[in-house]
Amino acid sequence: MNSSLSTWVRPLRNPLLIAGIVLLLVVTLFGPVGSLFVDTNKAKVGSAMPDQRPSVEHPLGTDTVGRDILAVVVVGTPLTLRIGLIAGTIGLGIGTLFGFLAGYFGGWVDTVLKGAADVLLTVPGLLFLVVIATTLRGAVSVDMMALVVASLAWMWPTRTIRSQVLTLRERQFVLVARLSGLNGFEIIVRELIPNLLPYLAASFVSAVSAAILASIGLEALGLGPQNQLTLGMTIYWAQYYTSVLRGLWWWWAPPIVIIILTFLGLFLVSMGLDQIANPKLRRAA
Amino acid sequence: MTLGYIARRLGVFVIILWLAATVNFIIPRLAPVNPIREKLLQAVSFGGAGKTDMERVVAVYEEKFGLTRPLWQQYITYLQDVARLDFGVSIANFPSAVMDIILRALPWTIGLLLLATLIAFAIGTVLGALVAWPRSPSALNVVLAPLLTLSAIPFYLLGLILVYFLAFSLKWFPLSGGYTLGTIPRMNLAFFLDAAYHSILPALSIILASVGTWAIGMRGMMITGLEEDYITFAEAKGLKGSDIFWKYALRNALLPQTTALALSLGFIVSGAVLVEVVFGYPGVGTVLYRAIQTFDYFVIYGVVMILIFAIGLATLIMDLIYPLLDPRISYQKR
Repeated sequence: MNSSLSTWVRPLRNPLLIAGIVLLLVVTLFGPVGSLFVDTNKAKVGSAMPDQRPSVEHPLGTDTVGRDILAVVVVGTPLTLRIGLIAGTIGLGIGTLFGFLAGYFGGWVDTVLKGAADVLLTVPGLLFLVVIATTLRGAVSVDMMALVVASLAWMWPTRTIRSQVLTLRERQFVLVARLSGLNGFEIIVRELIPNLLPYLAASFVSAVSAAILASIGLEALGLGPQNQLTLGMTIYWAQYYTSVLRGLWWWWAPPIVIIILTFLGLFLVSMGLDQIANPKLRRAA
Repeated sequence: MTLGYIARRLGVFVIILWLAATVNFIIPRLAPVNPIREKLLQAVSFGGAGKTDMERVVAVYEEKFGLTRPLWQQYITYLQDVARLDFGVSIANFPSAVMDIILRALPWTIGLLLLATLIAFAIGTVLGALVAWPRSPSALNVVLAPLLTLSAIPFYLLGLILVYFLAFSLKWFPLSGGYTLGTIPRMNLAFFLDAAYHSILPALSIILASVGTWAIGMRGMMITGLEEDYITFAEAKGLKGSDIFWKYALRNALLPQTTALALSLGFIVSGAVLVEVVFGYPGVGTVLYRAIQTFDYFVIYGVVMILIFAIGLATLIMDLIYPLLDPRISYQKR
């Protein structure tokens, strides 16, 4: 009991992990809390004078089509996170399933699944997504975007989980469990999954960040949801209306700052999880 | 390296190309509307292109794809065309061949990517090795933190920030483009210098955003490697510190690092495509962006195919030279 308690408490002493979680909480709460103080109707086109500098009335100024930027990012942040969470969850789900199947059963199952993951990993995912999104174009919603991105978010989880299952499978305690009569499913749930938790968490984080990265990439190319103001679409419109060259920094900077904070949070969490899983890396940190 | 290994590796390369071509063939046909017809109708309704032009485009494509034939025949023809690198003609810039448009842009992309990736890889690898090296000054750790922070930022967002500060505010660099507008690209020193000047900012955004990734990977590898017996032995023999660092520790940690480079090529290219868009750099990324803006489907599919081909080829070459770097690897079937 003591040892299982320490596995739960120890991660909380990792400063990188804590810093990352705090950052992600701030970004996650920004939308819901912001909408209590900011009128999200001001994110509509023509709700204000265009190209206004930041002022008391518009704390982050307005864009060329008369949207209040603060309202835009309050609306957009949860949408972008939503894409990441949906795609990350699907990616992790498929990846874990494939990883377990490949690692635990081996044989041709392993050859096919690992082969598929390896082949798809060397291909630039964004390009496949471009083809899919080009076809869907005009009809893309935020949730559809998440599904498109999720279709290529499962390969890293598959590889990570597979290689961990491969090493765990040969350990003594798994052998003991098998000898004491547990079946394959029970072994996976009761013996393997608890040992894989840090890796599952790390895979989830990497799947979420890959999904957000892919989605803002598609949006930058103009393949995002045209009518919804995700952070990526906000940057796309800012680019489209050449805001950088006209010095409208208050337009493009806020969404970029939020995206950077999100990636930084995810990055810190994954570094923290990495240190928990591989204690060697903590040296000289 | 056995013939069997080479054959297997070539097989994977062919499978990747076949997969990419098949996705390019199937996905557009799953769409409820025919994107090409839609595009043609749109062009006619805008009145931008003359009616006769449109008839000619239609004629080219009807003949090209034999759209009335059964699907499997269309598929075979499509694969043959792709194998000959024939991607049809552009809709927006009729009658330019898609391949010509791509070939004009490709040298820019390859030049930018190759330089930026190699510089970032070299700096990051040496830096990561130095950070892990017990005898290096602790000040190095301070450099790592900001670089790691930068590596959490997508290339093209970093590009936007650099454009604003270094090009728009400080006016040190041009705002966009690959060369000064009005000059004609030709092979002389003046043009080369102009192009190099224009590519500093795009390259910088790729380098700054990826050095940290290479450094942190190398650091992990070095830390594990430094505990190996051959390091202790080299120290016991009384070898110079710099010899142990370069010839023993770094040399061995370099191998997994090279694998990581091969694995992340696709990721780097995706990022670079977007960087080109931010800078209006005349490479394939900008071609892709314009094609998406103008619904130029054949250019989109052509760019996707060529980039996947290029990355597949690069990975193939790296895999084939890998045994030269690491003699321990035997390519027996696992």
